[in-house]
Amino acid sequence: MAHFEKANSLNEWLDQRLAVNTLQRVLQTEYWIPKNINFLWAMGMVLAITFGILLVSGIFLLMYYQPNVDTAFDSVNYTIMREVGFGWLWRHVHAVAASVVFLIIYIHMFTGIYYGSYKKGREIIWISGMLLFVAFSAEAFSGYMLPWGQMSYWAGMVITNLFSAGSLELNGVVEWIRGDYVPAQAFLTRFFMLHVLLIPLAILALIGVHFGALRIPHVNNQDGEEFDFDVEAEKYKAGDKKSSKVIAFANDFLSKDMFVVAVYLVFFFYLVFWNYGFAMDPVNFDPADGLKTPAHIYPEWYFLWSYEILRPFSKDIGLIAFAFAQVIFVLLPFLDRSPNAVPARRRGLFFIWFWLMLIDMIALTAMGKLPPEGIYSTIGLVAAVAFILLWIALPIITMFEKKV
Amino acid sequence: MENESRRGFMGKAFGAVSGVGAVASLYAMKRSWDPLPSVAAAGFTTVDLASAEPNALVVEKWRGKPIFILKKTPEMVAAQTEEATARDVIVGGENFLIAIGLCTHLGCIPSYRKDSSDFLCACHGGKFDSSGIDTQLPPPSPLVIPPFKIDGTTVVLGEEGPEYAKMKESGLIA
Ligand code: HEM
Ligand code: FES
Repeated sequence: MAHFEKANSLNEWLDQRLAVNTLQRVLQTEYWIPKNINFLWAMGMVLAITFGILLVSGIFLLMYYQPNVDTAFDSVNYTIMREVGFGWLWRHVHAVAASVVFLIIYIHMFTGIYYGSYKKGREIIWISGMLLFVAFSAEAFSGYMLPWGQMSYWAGMVITNLFSAGSLELNGVVEWIRGDYVPAQAFLTRFFMLHVLLIPLAILALIGVHFGALRIPHVNNQDGEEFDFDVEAEKYKAGDKKSSKVIAFANDFLSKDMFVVAVYLVFFFYLVFWNYGFAMDPVNFDPADGLKTPAHIYPEWYFLWSYEILRPFSKDIGLIAFAFAQVIFVLLPFLDRSPNAVPARRRGLFFIWFWLMLIDMIALTAMGKLPPEGIYSTIGLVAAVAFILLWIALPIITMFEKKV
Repeated sequence: MENESRRGFMGKAFGAVSGVGAVASLYAMKRSWDPLPSVAAAGFTTVDLASAEPNALVVEKWRGKPIFILKKTPEMVAAQTEEATARDVIVGGENFLIAIGLCTHLGCIPSYRKDSSDFLCACHGGKFDSSGIDTQLPPPSPLVIPPFKIDGTTVVLGEEGPEYAKMKESGLIA
């Protein structure tokens, strides 16, 4: 049996048993953050908080939601919205958070791309980040099934059909995923399970990896400057906080992070109370009907860009282009051949690439929302082809990039 | 040395046992996701075509899927290609389109346009003619003809009759 001294305080007692002081030092007071960063570096914390909001609002929805094809629709639209005290609040919070989380994810991603924060030791941060994106996408899709409205049903139909892999006609796979010929009870209950348990567990694990991967490389800074964190930390600890390039994570940096979070939450609750409509599709207020497709089927805004890459092509090519769009961002650290991990503005052609990519994705998003007719189809096709060409061009233009 | 080989043995034994266990549990998990027997054996649907109106689409339900039934007018039959006529189901001397009403692209329900007697899929703009043949991308193939059996003026969906078998033989049904 290990030896324990009598403790003189609660803190000491806990420290003997759980090493709380060491934990606090390693995770907070001596975890170093560069000074030279801006509010965009708070987006990670904003995401963590938004995930927390989704979790809490989800728990309350879960108390009245019924995963049954006959009662699901009413349990949401009647019981939760009208009967449960403040039920509407949880639903609006959950819906708005599910939509806004993607806006923040895209900002967080493009911040990483702009500052080159995905290479030189930060590859795992990037890859775990993209896996989080995939997990969030799956979480959003499975959640969208639950109210069992028209959009739930038909989005479920169309997305599960993707798994027949075009001309391979793997209908058995599609029916296996659904547990039926069409989305029905088996489908609803298994997506319910995915939404409330399996995918959130995976997200929690991935957040753990994401944070762990930040530990050794630390976060990047606004100039991509490389410095010795140990040396800077020593200066800080010796009291020379002014010339040190770092500050401690808690409480120093955290106070700034939480200030940005506070601003974000004001915006967030403004949406929840006065502008929640964008997060809830009117078509989904009709109960699911397997014999009637809504006039236009479109996904939520955050999936529109990849949906638009599917649309203008024949079925097989569309599926290949779509699959390409889903995975290609993961490979960014390896497709970018340049040794520079500095802001895009100092990287010549890559700077142009960055803005073209951003504009192209916005164009794809806009076209995805419009009906597939006439000029919109043409713009959509051009933007989809441009997306693929930009990724093919990336290794070439970065290979010739001069070292800065 | 002796310890090494004993540990090695224990490691391998564990690996073998857990490998077998992992494969077995994956199989069980796969089977749990399979459609239930009651679902797989989902029944047959009988439709009476005697009262069908020409050029008016009837939608029936079979295994949760919409089934398009369209009685063609003599003009429509006269205007269509041989390939299209081969897909017609003849019941009581009349030509019918019978097809699963799900777009072969990603499964939306195309809507029937009486005036142009064709189907338009609103999801991604695909089109099919009145015989269910794809005429505009992205759908890659014609609407699927479900297994059917003709019985007087009624049709049983889900059962394979001789007419269906013939269509299958001639390669009309993948
Ligand atoms: C809900 C999901 C996510 C959470 C909770 C999260 C959280 C965080 C946090 C707390 C940080 C450190 C602070 C900061 O730089 O913002 C961070 C950094 C980072 N994340 Fe995420 N993140 C998520 C998703 C993603 C996604 C989808 C990507 C893109 C692939 C990504 C890529 C990165 C990168 C590259 C960094 C390093 C930034 C730097 O070094 O300057 N993350 N993340
Ligand atoms: S589902 Fe009909 S065109 Fe895509």
